[in-house]
Amino acid sequence: MKIEIQDLHFTYPTGIQAVRGVSLTIHPGEQVAIIGQNGAGKTTLVKHLNGLLKPSSGSVQIGDWDTRNHSVARLAGRVGYVFQNPDEQLFSKNVGAEVAFGPRNLGMKAEQVQSQIEDALTMTELSDKTETNPYDLSPTWRKMVALASVIAMNTDIVVFDEPTTGQDAANIARIANAIKLLRERGKTVITITHDIDFCAENFERVIAMSQGQILLDGKANDVLGQEEILTTTYVDPPQLTRLGKRLGFKNTVSNQEEFLAELKKVIER
Amino acid sequence: MAIVNLKNVTYKYPLTDMPALKGINLRVNKGEFVALIGPNGAGKSTLCYTIAGFVPHFFKGEIAGSVEVAGMMSSESNLHEWVLNVGLAFQNPFNQISGAKYTVFEELAFGLENIGVPRGEMIQRVNDAMELTGISDLADRSPYSLSGGQQQRVALTSILVMQPKVLVLDEPTSQMDPIGTREVFGVIRTMAERGMTVIMAEHKVEWIANFASRVVALHDGEILLDGRPTEVLTSDLLTGKGFPISRYTSVARKAKETGLWEQERLPIKLDEAVGGFKR
Repeated sequence: MKIEIQDLHFTYPTGIQAVRGVSLTIHPGEQVAIIGQNGAGKTTLVKHLNGLLKPSSGSVQIGDWDTRNHSVARLAGRVGYVFQNPDEQLFSKNVGAEVAFGPRNLGMKAEQVQSQIEDALTMTELSDKTETNPYDLSPTWRKMVALASVIAMNTDIVVFDEPTTGQDAANIARIANAIKLLRERGKTVITITHDIDFCAENFERVIAMSQGQILLDGKANDVLGQEEILTTTYVDPPQLTRLGKRLGFKNTVSNQEEFLAELKKVIER
Repeated sequence: MAIVNLKNVTYKYPLTDMPALKGINLRVNKGEFVALIGPNGAGKSTLCYTIAGFVPHFFKGEIAGSVEVAGMMSSESNLHEWVLNVGLAFQNPFNQISGAKYTVFEELAFGLENIGVPRGEMIQRVNDAMELTGISDLADRSPYSLSGGQQQRVALTSILVMQPKVLVLDEPTSQMDPIGTREVFGVIRTMAERGMTVIMAEHKVEWIANFASRVVALHDGEILLDGRPTEVLTSDLLTGKGFPISRYTSVARKAKETGLWEQERLPIKLDEAVGGFKR
């Protein structure tokens, strides 16, 4: 399902202009990371995708729907949204009920609900925790419950707001794996992140925002290699990108595999 | 002379079977900046609570061994006495904010009011601390209207204003962007240089590598490693256990297998990494 944003502007009631003229097309199945400092407008932008916010001017199309003409409840069937803080979205007495709530609410048949729940629990490694109260789990596992409850809705588009915040290395790997599985199923994944190394390792397209506008938009390495421009929005390139630059690599590298391949080339030359 | 001295500390939360801390021995000298690393569930937060007196005085449970901070024994003190020496910033800043105050300024003055600091000095100390952490412009805002990153700065400031001898921080930058993280690490290092002792649970190894003076790695409630950042963060003992590992360290470890990393020690910082690869 295609996302088409045209000249989007959004001003909060306080007068803050959070998004100032964003135009953007995201094709079905793309994996997009949105980066930029706090206050750049990232969350405001993605909250337009499921209709939590409606444009002050301009338009947001999700497939053939203009978000202005559809409720959040209906858009929830097309766009799943995982909040930054899982405690803002969890409310059920156990993990199974939490994950079942979304698909049931979309009016799906019982068997389909059941298979989507099981699928989401497997993807997030929660299958052994269905009877547990989410608030008896550690914050990292609560994060996975939040992911599962959105994945279970089987939407074409999934949005993550800062999925790795406060997570340990093991859980970041789990989240990366869930994103990979979504990609394999042709889902569109859009992620806001400050974790630039996570961004480099898991996303093919990167959008850098600053002051409510798009600063850079392109293939991950093309964007992450633009050190001077990224510095203006206080984003440091990934660690291995910086290292590659310092070692004089010709091509921008952003993950371990690319780094080692480029290193070999340099030595053989 | 150690300002923090834990001897053989074992602790179990109420209604649990497994101890969260097992046989912890930890001596920290004045002015050290100690980073605690470990996967979730390793005991980082519990160790923070123990040094800050919340274990056992607030969380109860069973504790064995001795906890001494700034010359006081935890077992012979109450939390009111303890917090005059030790400040704790919780992982979730929401748990820190009193809920009793309408503005950030009043929130920051709350602790000082409670210990009877004179008005003039109180205003001075709050203003100084706000300047240090870069939140002077938030003084008149409601603590609840702030972003997660801003709340974390307020939480940190509310501790600094008390001028504790020991500063205990549980992932103080988890909700901040990179610029915020850098500024806060800078402030914390400044406090350590001024003689405040800092103990910080943290996942962000790149920042630990550049700022901390010592790293303690916790695993399953025990201390697995304790030493200088370069020794601990590059240890093979950390791999495969859910510890955070710097990309520089990982890529050099991989390159070393095929002889492309030529030094004995693996790097934890950019500058160290630049010098060690085969060219």
